[in-house]
This record gives sequence, C-alpha cells and structure tokens, in this order.
Amino acid sequence: MGHSSDQSVAARLPDAEVHHPTWQTYVWVGVLLTVITIVEVSAYYIPAWETSRVYVPSMLFLSSIKFIVVVLVYMHLKYDHKIFRALFTGPFVVSIITIIALLFLFGQISIQVGGAG
Amino acid sequence: MATTAHAGTVDPHKGHHYTTTGLDNRKIGLWAFLGSECMLFGTLIATYLSYKGKSVAGPRPHEWVCAATNVVSDSPIANCVGQMFTPILDIPVTSASTFVLLMSSLAMVLSHNAVVHKNVPKNTFWERVRGSSKLWLAMTAFLGMAFLAFQTYEFTSFYHEGLKLSTNLFGSSFFTLTGFHGGHVTFGVLWLWTLFAIDVKRGLGPDDATNVDLLALYWHFVDVVWIAIFTLVYLIK
Repeated sequence: MGHSSDQSVAARLPDAEVHHPTWQTYVWVGVLLTVITIVEVSAYYIPAWETSRVYVPSMLFLSSIKFIVVVLVYMHLKYDHKIFRALFTGPFVVSIITIIALLFLFGQISIQVGGAG
Repeated sequence: MATTAHAGTVDPHKGHHYTTTGLDNRKIGLWAFLGSECMLFGTLIATYLSYKGKSVAGPRPHEWVCAATNVVSDSPIANCVGQMFTPILDIPVTSASTFVLLMSSLAMVLSHNAVVHKNVPKNTFWERVRGSSKLWLAMTAFLGMAFLAFQTYEFTSFYHEGLKLSTNLFGSSFFTLTGFHGGHVTFGVLWLWTLFAIDVKRGLGPDDATNVDLLALYWHFVDVVWIAIFTLVYLIK
C-alpha cells in the first residue's frame, strides 16, 4: 500500500525535476548561442554575404536555431510534458501566421503569379 | 491534533499545487501566459515589419536621409544641403547587449540547476561555485541590468540624434517594440532580486525548484523574444 502510494507521489512529481540536462550541456548550449551570434554579426559586415540573396534566409535560419535551442534545452520543453509544448507552440504558430499575413497585407512580401510578360 | 499526528513525516505535496493532470498549475498557468506573450510580441514585430521602410522623414534604421529633401540612400548623400541623418542603429553596441542577455540565460539555467541539486554534497571549489544559487541568481540579475543599461544608452543616443516616439513610423514601432521588451526585462530583474533575497534569508532548496523554474521560463522567454528582435530589427536591412 505504502509502495503504491510512493509510486503515485512519484508520478505526480514534476518530471522537469528528474530529466534535466547536466550543467555541461547548458554551458555547451551557451557556447553554441555565442558562436551563432558571432556568425550573424560577422555576416552583417561581409558585403558579399550581406548583399546576396541568401542573406535574409540565412539570418532567419540562424536565428531560428538559437530560438529552438533555448526553448528546447533552457526552457526544458524537450523534456517536459506535452501539455506545455502545446500551450506554447499553439499561440506561437498563430503569431507567426499573423506576422506573415500582415506582411502580405502591407505589401512587404508578395508572390508573383505567372511569368513576366 | 492533525498537526501532531503528521509530525515527523514529510508531506510530498508541500509547496506544490498539482492539478488532475499531475502537473503544477502554476507552471501550466505560466506556459499559457507565455503563449499569450508570443501573440503580443508577434503583433508588435508584425507592426514593426509592416511599417518598415515606410517612414516619410528620417532618421531611419539602416539608411542615410537628407533632412531637407528626404532623399534616402544606402550610402552617404554627397550633395545634401543641411542636416543629414546617418543610419541610427548601432550594431556593435546591440551585439554586445545581445551577448549579455544570452549569457544571463545561461546564468539563469545554472541557478535553477544549483537549486535542484542543492542537497548534493560539494567537495571542490568549482562544485561549490556551480552549486551556489545565490551567485547565479545575482549574476543573472546583474546581466539583466547591464542589458537595460545598454538599452537606456541606445534610447538616449537615439533621442539626441532626433528619433523620438512621434518622429516617424520607424520611431513609433521601434520604441514600442523594444520598450515593451525592456519592460519585461525590468520585471524579470525585480523578480530575480526578490528570489535572491529569499535565497539569502532562508536559502532555496529542491522544494523551491518550481519557483525558480517559473522565473527561469519567464527569463528565457524574454531572451528568445530578443533573439527574434535582434535579427528582424537590427540585422536584416
């Protein structure tokens, strides 16, 4: 009975307190974030990269990596309950759709349909 | 009587607020709050991007503007008579403040780690440093304050260069977006010092891990918002 009660208590304890990464992982993530930031800022000062077509996509990609790593490792979303993931990613997706929709609405981005006449 | 009957036993639910899901309701509440914050900052970023490049008058973020003629250029305007606005964003300063905020996130996660493993024996100097929640909480707060100092410097220099909230579309959307973020950092710093004071007064242990986790989630969220702002506002022209 006591054993069953202990199991029940263990099941109810926040799993975030059990499955955390080690401090070494946290430090390596910090190093990764710093390196990516250095690459981003360097790209800003390299004219060949800054004026190329891949500049904006590469900046968005690097920024996304930083965002995802912080959310998954530092915010423990990788290790936590699915409910937390749903509570965050749902509104996040809505906000991304809002941003893209407004950019279309204000003509900041557009899709060209058909070939040039 | 009931208190006497439970004397000497450990209440596993002490300090926790579990729901029928088996999860702490404060943590569920905070994640729901962060979800709503996603939409708040999403709309602020969308507003900034929608108005980007549509300011009639200078100063502008990345371009030179001749004040008399409102001619905009990616390089200095040779025959501009009178005042010429230079690109107003200071990338080196903002890069430094970004690094400071990223390192504050690292300090925050290490403070949470220290609280979770408070009861683990520490034998060496580095183990004691790593296990000091006070040190990491204070470091996070100081780094947060350093970020706010950078932002104050940036806002002040923009003001002196002629950019105010009502100057142009860029000024309105920029100050609203970064000002809201700065407000969140300020609240986080106050929260950090509050938890630090509790740590000094009675010490934070594994029972307080959720309290520190809630602050850590908030702080990391403020960090990821800045990651987006830094790229979309500062680095992409």
